[in-house]
Amino acid sequence: MNDATVIDIHNVSKIYNPDTIPVHAVNNVHLHFERGEFTALVGPSGSGKTTLLNIIGGLDAPSEGQVIINGTDITSLKPNQLINFRLQNIGFVFQSYNLIPVLSARENVEFILLLQGVSKAQREQRVQDLMNAVGLGDKMEVRPAQLSGGQQQRVAVSRALASKPQFILADEPTANLDSRSAANLLDIMAQLNHDEGMTFIFSTHDARVIERARRVITLEDGRVVSDKAVGVPTKGGRV
Amino acid sequence: MILQLAWRNLWRNRNRSIIAMASVWCAVVLAIVMSSFQKGVFDLLIDNMVSFYSGYVQVHRTGYQSEQTLENSFELSDSLQNTILSTPGVASMTPRLEAFALASSGEKTKGCLVAGIAPETENMATRIKSKVVSGEYLSDSSSTVLVSEGLAKRLQLGVSDTLLLLGQGYYGTTAAGKFPIGGLLHYGSPELNDQLVFLPLAVAQRWLDAPGLATTLVITPGDPASSGETTARLRNTLSTEFEVLTWQEMMPEINEHIETDTASSAIILGVLYLLISFGIFATILMMLAERQREFGMLIALGMKKAQLALMVLFESVFITLTGCALGILASLPIVWQLTNHPIRIGGEMAKVYEKFGFEAIFPASMAPSIFWKQAVVVLVIGLFLSLYPMMKVLFLKPVEAMRS
Repeated sequence: MNDATVIDIHNVSKIYNPDTIPVHAVNNVHLHFERGEFTALVGPSGSGKTTLLNIIGGLDAPSEGQVIINGTDITSLKPNQLINFRLQNIGFVFQSYNLIPVLSARENVEFILLLQGVSKAQREQRVQDLMNAVGLGDKMEVRPAQLSGGQQQRVAVSRALASKPQFILADEPTANLDSRSAANLLDIMAQLNHDEGMTFIFSTHDARVIERARRVITLEDGRVVSDKAVGVPTKGGRV
Repeated sequence: MILQLAWRNLWRNRNRSIIAMASVWCAVVLAIVMSSFQKGVFDLLIDNMVSFYSGYVQVHRTGYQSEQTLENSFELSDSLQNTILSTPGVASMTPRLEAFALASSGEKTKGCLVAGIAPETENMATRIKSKVVSGEYLSDSSSTVLVSEGLAKRLQLGVSDTLLLLGQGYYGTTAAGKFPIGGLLHYGSPELNDQLVFLPLAVAQRWLDAPGLATTLVITPGDPASSGETTARLRNTLSTEFEVLTWQEMMPEINEHIETDTASSAIILGVLYLLISFGIFATILMMLAERQREFGMLIALGMKKAQLALMVLFESVFITLTGCALGILASLPIVWQLTNHPIRIGGEMAKVYEKFGFEAIFPASMAPSIFWKQAVVVLVIGLFLSLYPMMKVLFLKPVEAMRS
């Protein structure tokens, strides 16, 4: 592990139904991710992409192995410590956006900052900057139901970035988007990766995402079957 | 933030929240009107039976309550009166010399309760002057008597007629006297209205051959609600020669009636609240089922489970308190109307009430406790019902919740 390493995954396995009919959703995976990566986890349905993403995000505990993020073994954290760790270090973008329907776009982004206890003035500035960065500066007060799918996902990206996380985990972020919205979203994420060195890890089936990724990890039956660098290094990180 | 989120969540499914609030509203209105009637009727009953005659607290010679004879009277000394009046909580005091007698006129005779009173202080204690419907109230120098209307009617007597009283005086002497009627009194309670005769204390002492004696000291506490504390102080202050009784001890049957009625009302209210609890609980269960995924997502984003549980708690409390506040608002004009224009019962039903010693009216009460108690009960229900969703949230696994 070097200074650029953000995530280290050691011998991680996830076994469902260990006492009846064991299912190895993730099987003895070793991976490490460095700052500034733009990585796609690919593979057929049931290959373990989402489970691995959930384990990296601390949403699910591995049956075996360790996940070390910035030197912290998150598998040893207590539930409340883990929640706090996620809040401070990890941004999430979900397939179905998962915005809070009763809050406006601005409030959805601000929500994370409120959980972090950021002051009002800093919150306002940060939300404004983030919404401008995803091209939704004029939709701040609109509720999610009044936004298109692409716009909602851009708000979700803003929300994921709000806490200034170490990396962003995006689970099929373009799956519910039309091609134009998907391209637009990928442009924004690639821009953030290029300009700010933000680390992105996607789970995806989408060829458009795979095309833009600079590292593609293929999973099958919970195992890593290939791990390829496919592009040029970004400004702040590596391939 | 959590409060704001909870409030907005309430209006996500507007119809469901409104239905839940409406059920609380309905129960609160019913409970308040019912409690208000109950308190109004009890207050009237206590007012009739207690403040119109017995007073809230009485002092007797020990044993008088169980054997009400002149042999259990006591010397009405200045030191005794000063001791009582200087006891904290005592506002005023009036002496009585009471005896049972036969009231007679012509060939008609009826048993009655004769009370020798100090006209001025008696009026302060029991507002007796306001009961005079014809003739004049007594003074210390009067030689006339006041007769309750029901008794006068039975004896076919009116003001200026003569009433013959025949009883037993101190140590078994015969007490007989003819007294001109100076005035008639009307009492709402038929029990009082049919049997009371008042005369000045000095006249009664002469008639009963009991100079300087009294059977009862009626104590008026500064605050009727704290008459229990005043009674306790008097018991500590006075020697064991005297007994100090509250109205509940003097008239246990009224107290028992109130307690029984209160208990049966509590059961009805309990059923009412149980019904709305099911309504609110169903709403909470539906909300939980619908929002599993969202709860999982909030935890994934970094919201602590305790914060999430607090949000769920606020949502339940908002539903119950909003319904409760609207219920209190809606019940205010109803209760105000019923307080100022009490329902009067007529016909046979009125006779039944009067037979049992009640005035045949149903007044309501605007006592603030009726309203805030409902708010507290509903709040407790809301808090109690929130326990289940709070526990569910505390044990929620975000990945499983997000898969749902």
